[in-house]
Amino acid sequence: MSTTAAIILFAAVATYAIFGGADFGAGFWDLVAGGTDRGERPREVIDHAIAPVWEANHVWLIFSFVVLWTCFPEAYASIGLTLFVPLTLAAFGIVLRGASFAFRKAVYRTRDQRNFGAAFAVSSILVPYCLGAVVGAIASGRVPSGGRAGDPWDSWVNPTSIMTGILAVCVAAYLAAVFLAIDAHRLSDEAMVAYFRARATAASVVAGITAFLGLFVLRSDATFLFDGMTTRALPLVILSAIGGLGSLWLLRKRSSRGTRPAAVAAVGSLLLAWAVAQWDYILPETLTVAAAAAPTGTITAVLVAAGLAVVVILPAFILLYVLDQKGLLPEEGVDTGSRSVEARSDSIR
Amino acid sequence: MTVFDALSAPMLADVNPVPWARSQMAFTLGFHIILVPLGVSWAVMTLIANYRGIKHDDADALRLAQQWSKYMAVTFAVGAVTGTVLSFEFALLWPRFMGQWGAAFGVPFAFEGLFFFAEAVFISVYIFGWRRLKPWAHFWTGVPIAVAGVFGSISVVAANAWMNAPEGVTVDSSGKVTDVDPMAVMFNSAMPLMAAHMVVAAYLVGGFLVASVYAVGMLRGRRDRYHRLGFIIGFTVAAIATPIQMGVGDGLARWVFDNQPVKFAAIEMVPTTGSDVPETMFGHLNSSGEVVGGLPIPGLASILSDPGTGTSTVVQGLDSVPSDERPTNSEVNVVHLAWDVMVGLGTLLFLLTLWYWASWIFRRDLPKSKWFLRAAAVSGGLAVISLEAGWTVSEVGRQPWIVYEKMRVEDAATGNTGIWITFVGVLVLYVGLGATTILVLRGMSRRFHRQELADELGVPYGPAEPSDKPEVPVG
Repeated sequence: MSTTAAIILFAAVATYAIFGGADFGAGFWDLVAGGTDRGERPREVIDHAIAPVWEANHVWLIFSFVVLWTCFPEAYASIGLTLFVPLTLAAFGIVLRGASFAFRKAVYRTRDQRNFGAAFAVSSILVPYCLGAVVGAIASGRVPSGGRAGDPWDSWVNPTSIMTGILAVCVAAYLAAVFLAIDAHRLSDEAMVAYFRARATAASVVAGITAFLGLFVLRSDATFLFDGMTTRALPLVILSAIGGLGSLWLLRKRSSRGTRPAAVAAVGSLLLAWAVAQWDYILPETLTVAAAAAPTGTITAVLVAAGLAVVVILPAFILLYVLDQKGLLPEEGVDTGSRSVEARSDSIR
Repeated sequence: MTVFDALSAPMLADVNPVPWARSQMAFTLGFHIILVPLGVSWAVMTLIANYRGIKHDDADALRLAQQWSKYMAVTFAVGAVTGTVLSFEFALLWPRFMGQWGAAFGVPFAFEGLFFFAEAVFISVYIFGWRRLKPWAHFWTGVPIAVAGVFGSISVVAANAWMNAPEGVTVDSSGKVTDVDPMAVMFNSAMPLMAAHMVVAAYLVGGFLVASVYAVGMLRGRRDRYHRLGFIIGFTVAAIATPIQMGVGDGLARWVFDNQPVKFAAIEMVPTTGSDVPETMFGHLNSSGEVVGGLPIPGLASILSDPGTGTSTVVQGLDSVPSDERPTNSEVNVVHLAWDVMVGLGTLLFLLTLWYWASWIFRRDLPKSKWFLRAAAVSGGLAVISLEAGWTVSEVGRQPWIVYEKMRVEDAATGNTGIWITFVGVLVLYVGLGATTILVLRGMSRRFHRQELADELGVPYGPAEPSDKPEVPVG
């Protein structure tokens, strides 16, 4: 029973890491796209890709929290007490990011767009870093059990957390660039396809190196996790490496198909490796999944909710993605012609 | 990290986190709760306009629906992020509450997550689908938003109601929750009336808010059909919800009288148990707990509590429980004042809707008086104030309990002494967020107005413009 709940929790976290991660990564590419003129086209592609889906992507985070606090309340309490600072920073970043993205879509003056855009882009890096550091803190066994607080600073300012934080940013950028190259392909914008393909290649190399070096950090800083990663989770680590190298090869080959599954496989199996390596602990070496689990009644209710989600929400979610991918959800019904005219006349003034 | 310790130690010593945690939760929830009515009821108003637009080929109604859906995109986004903050705050501010009761309190949220998901998905399809989906297909993508909004808010209120009526849990001798009956948790005895009160409030507040915007426009001389229609849709929704709310609110007050007598004593400001209790309008408790000032109406509190027994109804006073098991005198004053504000403003709004209905019935038109429009122009603000007041009654009236008679607020809060810093940060961030939201919405409204004058605005379901993408047929 508790194992099923843990699997649902993992599924929610992994889905958030992939969809939410790609979403944050798009913000990263927005940040480094350069000045107003040079960055205009990449930003348009980014906007076009994430505007209809970002809210739905972030529901996965809330869902992860809900499953965690309902099924594993003790672990949730410990995490909240210990990792107060990075979680607070992440919450601030999410507010800034979501609001400023929505506002940027709603304002038409270049100056306003630039300000909201900057807030959006900077928080797109802050949030994955903080959440990555939180994962590092949990995985390296720095969150104590029993609803007690661990060290408020050392728990997330340590080699493992720094590594996982950086890795989260890199992986997000990697996923986003792969996805955006495909979006640009659909828009038949060959220049942008090349643009994002180059960035996907660079990001995959950086993310791969970070992950590889990360293993050495784990060896010295989180031995329990390292042992798991190099024994029972080793096949998954290797699978992740194959996925990453495969997507790199496909990118080099300029293939438009297969890069996305390969990238998702690389990230998904890395996350699964983490989960397998720390199994059966929810807080490594102090609290097991079984010991942290809520009573049966609660878990049954969550399973019912998750079942309904699969039956009702998943089709809706797929509908949204299909409509988005088919380009059936353009600028929210706004006459795009008048928008650019107005933006231009504003910039002249 | 000794540097941090050195920096923070002198600053943070002896800061009690509990009042800061309470303030932050109150502030962020108080902010979020304003967006809830819009999320729940604006979709319905948009669909009414959309339906009218398609069915009667009404271009003004379609334009309203389209523009409302764009405003909704902004308010829904702000609601989504402020809601996300709340889910962080459960861990950050109330970890011990969540650790102890999460297995029960969390259950309704599992279902709320479902509804929120549905809402997020369909709101995206609806907002972004204007030009590409066929009219009726597009209309139907909006319906799940309205349904999910209602059930989502019922789920959240179910969790809050459980804090008032913590049923369906078995606790062992060490205080650990050993068994949870999820149905009893979700459908706890406080839930039906509290949820009804909140859902109706969402329609009431949302309706008045939308109507007040168009009332302002009409007062400024924009008396075209478009403004009139916007006003009528909003105000009619509010005018249906308001009388219903009087009944639901009365029922909820009686539930509180029966089940949370101490909260009821705080609401009515009754220091000692007795019969023939007066209904005191305003006034306050002094430091020794006596009623000072105000306008007492003899016997009315007893009569309202149970009309069957009239003035002989015994109302339990604050003194019926030890002082550490009831709200403090100043909390009682807050609850009582908030109650008077909620009921007072609710009554005024009710009278305003009577004026509206009378005018429709006898004259088949809106009231002609400028005073009606002036009153309608402030009705949105008044409705928000009464919403906040009602929520204050519910939350402050439960003190000192976070889980009624099972856990105290001070036992639930985090031990992190840095809360006051995050509170200040949240305050600054949210004030900026609120101000920007209003500025952005106003800017959008001006732009729509300019486009309207320049006649730039296309018909929403008109032939799609030539686009750089090939057309893909739907379905």
